[in-house]
Amino acid sequence: MNVGLPHFLTVSAALFSLGLFAVMSRRNAVGILMGVELMLNAANINFVAFSRYVQHGIDGQLMAAFVIVLAAAEAAVALAIVLAMFRNFGTVHADAVQSLKR
Amino acid sequence: MITDLIFVALALLTVVPAVWVAFSPNIVHAGFALLFTLLGAAGLYAFLGADFIAVTQVMVYVGGVLVLVLFTVMMTRVPQQGRRRHGLDHYVPAAVLSLAVFGLLYKAITSVQWNARAVPAQPTTAEIGVNLMSNYIFPFEYVSLVLLAAMIGAAILIREHRNGDGPDGDRDEEVAS
Repeated sequence: MNVGLPHFLTVSAALFSLGLFAVMSRRNAVGILMGVELMLNAANINFVAFSRYVQHGIDGQLMAAFVIVLAAAEAAVALAIVLAMFRNFGTVHADAVQSLKR
Repeated sequence: MITDLIFVALALLTVVPAVWVAFSPNIVHAGFALLFTLLGAAGLYAFLGADFIAVTQVMVYVGGVLVLVLFTVMMTRVPQQGRRRHGLDHYVPAAVLSLAVFGLLYKAITSVQWNARAVPAQPTTAEIGVNLMSNYIFPFEYVSLVLLAAMIGAAILIREHRNGDGPDGDRDEEVAS
């Protein structure tokens, strides 16, 4: 079948849709974060695939590296928020927490 | 043909556990499925000739982010709470929207005539290093600032609040020193 750019884009689209579904349907805040990670990985696959097949340079891979770094920072802050939420409210369900303080 | 097989294996390794991440009712199983999805994505990067990105993915995501996620999942488990039945009204909008997004993306992917052409892959690490120190020096520095801010912010967010009970806090500090 001669693997090419559309195959990678299709895998990435499937990954993005699954991440979107997880973000919208999960009630656990950590599950929502997992969905966000899936979507970021989908975007990263697109960056690297376009860098390989269209641009023939290094810029797409550098963008992917920055995305990975920002995803790590985002995960650290988000998980700190989840832990604080658990300590203050005793739950990690995103729809059960509706106020900023206890 | 062996490359096709490798690609199919990597794509399945990426997408099938992602289905599990999205649908599993058990959040711990979802976390472990995310491990395989991230490894599959790293394999796809390696398949695309992005060796540095593949290794970074394994080190940062699998070694760092995933450990944090699983740690948080296991820290915040409340028995008898995850078993809440989901109403169908929770799933329907999510399923409709994500299927619509996938349909739109797939239509765009298949209808565009891509001017795609692969060139032989080359080692990328040296070029990435040179670019990070020349063309991308400002994004590089900004990202280091963002990491510092995120580190401080996370530490402040999960700090114990002791301002309500002063003697308790003082005693803890004495013990610490």
